[in-house]
Amino acid sequence: MDTYGKWISFYTMLRKDIVRMFRIWVQTFLPSVITSCLYFLIFGTVLGSRIGTMQGVDYMSFVVPGLVMLAIVTNAYSNTSFTFFQSKFFFRGIDEILVSPTPPWLLILGFISGGIVRGVLVGALVLLISVFFTGLQLSLYNVAVIFLFAALTALVFSLAGLVNGVYAKSIDGINLVPTFVLTPLVYLGGVFYSVHSLPAWAQGFTYVNPIFYLINGFRYGFLGIADIALWISFAVLGGMIAALVAINWYLIRTGMGLKQ
Amino acid sequence: MNMSAPALKITDLKKTYATGTVALKGVSLEIPEGDFFALLGPNGAGKTTIIAITTGLVNKTGGTVSVFGHDIDKETELAKMQIGLVGQEVNFNPFEKTINIVVNQAGYYGIPRSVAIPRARKLLTDLGLGEKMDQNAMTLSGGMKRRLMIARALVNEPRFLILDEPTAGVDVELRRGMWEYLTGLSKSGLTILLTTHYLEEAEQLCKHVAIINKGEIVEQGTMEAVIAKHHDAEAGKEGYRGSRLEEVFLKLTSEK
Repeated sequence: MDTYGKWISFYTMLRKDIVRMFRIWVQTFLPSVITSCLYFLIFGTVLGSRIGTMQGVDYMSFVVPGLVMLAIVTNAYSNTSFTFFQSKFFFRGIDEILVSPTPPWLLILGFISGGIVRGVLVGALVLLISVFFTGLQLSLYNVAVIFLFAALTALVFSLAGLVNGVYAKSIDGINLVPTFVLTPLVYLGGVFYSVHSLPAWAQGFTYVNPIFYLINGFRYGFLGIADIALWISFAVLGGMIAALVAINWYLIRTGMGLKQ
Repeated sequence: MNMSAPALKITDLKKTYATGTVALKGVSLEIPEGDFFALLGPNGAGKTTIIAITTGLVNKTGGTVSVFGHDIDKETELAKMQIGLVGQEVNFNPFEKTINIVVNQAGYYGIPRSVAIPRARKLLTDLGLGEKMDQNAMTLSGGMKRRLMIARALVNEPRFLILDEPTAGVDVELRRGMWEYLTGLSKSGLTILLTTHYLEEAEQLCKHVAIINKGEIVEQGTMEAVIAKHHDAEAGKEGYRGSRLEEVFLKLTSEK
């Protein structure tokens, strides 16, 4: 298959996933929008007015980047893990791609791209809603950093979702990681607070949480403030991407959980 | 493209699943170009494993497989471009439109939608699914789903069509229609590998046959030669008698 043929194959996988996610928009887009509204209402408007400021900025503005990041992380992850698991387990639709000349790297790219699109789209929706709650006072310190962190975080969690989709042997296997690993890591990664407001022992735990670095970089893009240097956040992001690409490449190329 | 190479050449193919089940114990098989080839065997004999390895759905443990001279390990993309597969199980998303299932399959072969859509419409119409192409696949009957899978397998215009029990659960009239359609394809030069439990039909349709039992080929050759070699016209005359091929099949695969 030539380069144009590979592009057609990639486009087919991505188009199919985008059509699916818009067809079931009540399941794919709406939950994050409603959850975010509740977060903004409770943590921003109700509690935020009592908290005042965090690191010198209005508390509502402080939590916006973390809540957008939460939406990106959960949507990118669940989209890829579920679509891959569904195609492997429910209809065995993955066979349509496996019998075709589509190479393994393109299969990975096709599946994670859907997750990236959904993660970024839902993140943008949550950001739009935040504009309403912040009274059009949303700060955009560095748009390039915001976009880079949004896209690369979606990439990281799409890749992680694919690993989950490959290994999962039941629907429980898809739900366990987001519930018991991902959500706690995001909440403890500094969505609602600065790491400097924690006691020393808790700061130590935060520094080994990779999501802390993503929220940190993303918040810098909005507010120009960070708990840790931006280059460290980029380095952690780059390391996670490299590790997850290598794991996915190994799993898909060898057919782990698929061809054995 | 290697025009003189056989459509399928399998040498010493072995497969042991992760569970420890030995599915293939060194199978060798050759299907000439243009053949209508029957691969027959009892349930669990290894037919579907051979097909799954050939099409890239299952990893092999040992041996080599080439499709029109293209080794599936070294020239994977070229080998896969030659193949169309109708699997044993219905394996498409029932919430998708019938035509989209075929058009998307074309996409995975690098065929643009401008080419794939008219091709899919023609295939679905030829297979009697013209009025169903814009409906969700879940609305199709069992026989229609089988025909949809044939259309999907043909959309990349393969030179080698693999049919793994394509008529399982299909009524007599539809089955006959499918065989007529497939016979037409065979006459046009398409190489077909068929597995089926309808042995009378295999006997009528296929030029060559291989019989596999417990992961080993126990007989192969032209249909007439295999039947002539093993068929005993006098044996068991008083009991139920199936087709000649059925009697040969039972003789070669029974536990006795």
